[in-house]
Amino acid sequence: MAESHGEAKGQKAGAHTEAEGGHHGGAFPPFDSSNYASQLVSLAIAFVALYLIVSRIALPRVGGTIDARQNKIEGDLAEAQKLKDESDAALKAYETELANARSNAQAIGNETREKLNAASEAERKALEDKLAAKLADAEKQIATTRTNAMSNVRGIAADAAGAIVQQLAGVTPDANAVNSAVDASLKG
Amino acid sequence: MKIDPIHQFNIEPLFTLGHIGNHTIAFTNSSLFMFIAVLLIALLMLASGRDLVPGRLQSVAELSYEFIASTIRGNAGAEGMKFFPLIFSLFMFICVSNLVGVVPYTFTIATHLIVTAALALLVFFTVLIYGLYKNGLKFFKIFVPSGVPIYILPLVMFIEILSFFLRPVSHSVRLFANMLAGHIALKVFAGFVAMLGFSLGALGWVGGVLPLALTVALYALELLVAFLQAYVFAILTCIYLNDAIHPGH
Repeated sequence: MAESHGEAKGQKAGAHTEAEGGHHGGAFPPFDSSNYASQLVSLAIAFVALYLIVSRIALPRVGGTIDARQNKIEGDLAEAQKLKDESDAALKAYETELANARSNAQAIGNETREKLNAASEAERKALEDKLAAKLADAEKQIATTRTNAMSNVRGIAADAAGAIVQQLAGVTPDANAVNSAVDASLKG
Repeated sequence: MKIDPIHQFNIEPLFTLGHIGNHTIAFTNSSLFMFIAVLLIALLMLASGRDLVPGRLQSVAELSYEFIASTIRGNAGAEGMKFFPLIFSLFMFICVSNLVGVVPYTFTIATHLIVTAALALLVFFTVLIYGLYKNGLKFFKIFVPSGVPIYILPLVMFIEILSFFLRPVSHSVRLFANMLAGHIALKVFAGFVAMLGFSLGALGWVGGVLPLALTVALYALELLVAFLQAYVFAILTCIYLNDAIHPGH
């Protein structure tokens, strides 16, 4: 729309000025065919030169620079990705290692605890056995002492009974009778 | 003070190169500005650095490279990249010569229909020859749109063929007329400032502020048009080449 407007304007202006130019006697320069040949020849030379410069040197050069930059950016991105992958892998390895170490530590702790428990248990058992033996010994000794003491008591009681009987009755009692009497009373 | 907006389009022979038949081949101001454009493009593309992090000039060179490359890929597909040097040359030649042309006292080569017509015909014949070479007779499918009822097909084909052969006309006149009209308008408004000042004295200089403001605004517009018409020329070239690469709508 704008273009066609511009065109119309251009044509109108061209026509107007052409009329004016005609009035002054000279042709409107853009429509003066006497210089077409000169313009075409220079245009051909200039444009072919431009085309050769552009297609042979300029575009490969600038395109090469752009490609090089693109490759560099892509290379750098790939490098960054590679490094990121590596660091991710390292982090993963570290975490695995940490988890292993943690479970190892747990295992060692458990083992040690069990070992210590077993050792202390054994020690306790030994101690208990020792104490039990000592207790048994002590009890045996007490029993022996008691038996001895009891037998001493019997002798003393028999002697005392004989003496009491002698004092009271004035007769020496039969030793066997006294002993059986004492035994009977001890039992009772 | 007379405004002469046409003077800027005059061809001034600088020296004579030779003769072809009865035509005199001269090196003219037009030729000079053609070679200036070629030189500037070569400088831009070759003198800029090749750094990993581009500087300003290198950025311009790379931007223009990628701009044209993406325009071709978008309009003519990846196969269109065969014509990258051609389209790049066309775009840069028109764009740089137009931008040089808006500098006062320079010459704008696209204000001559013969130049834009030559460029448009170059594109036209490139499309025609490449289309026939690549697709053979299938190339003529571009004149037969698919899905058109048989009874209006002759009419559609006639319109398609006509529009195909009118392409170089619209292609060249668009660029030529835009540049010509812009330069005439710019000259007329700029001339007003001087004319008012010289004919009306102090009052005229004060009154000249308005056309001066218009000239500045038009100048900005012309800068845009200078680039835009080069882009339009390049994008139309891509679209026409797309027909040669992929005939059959």
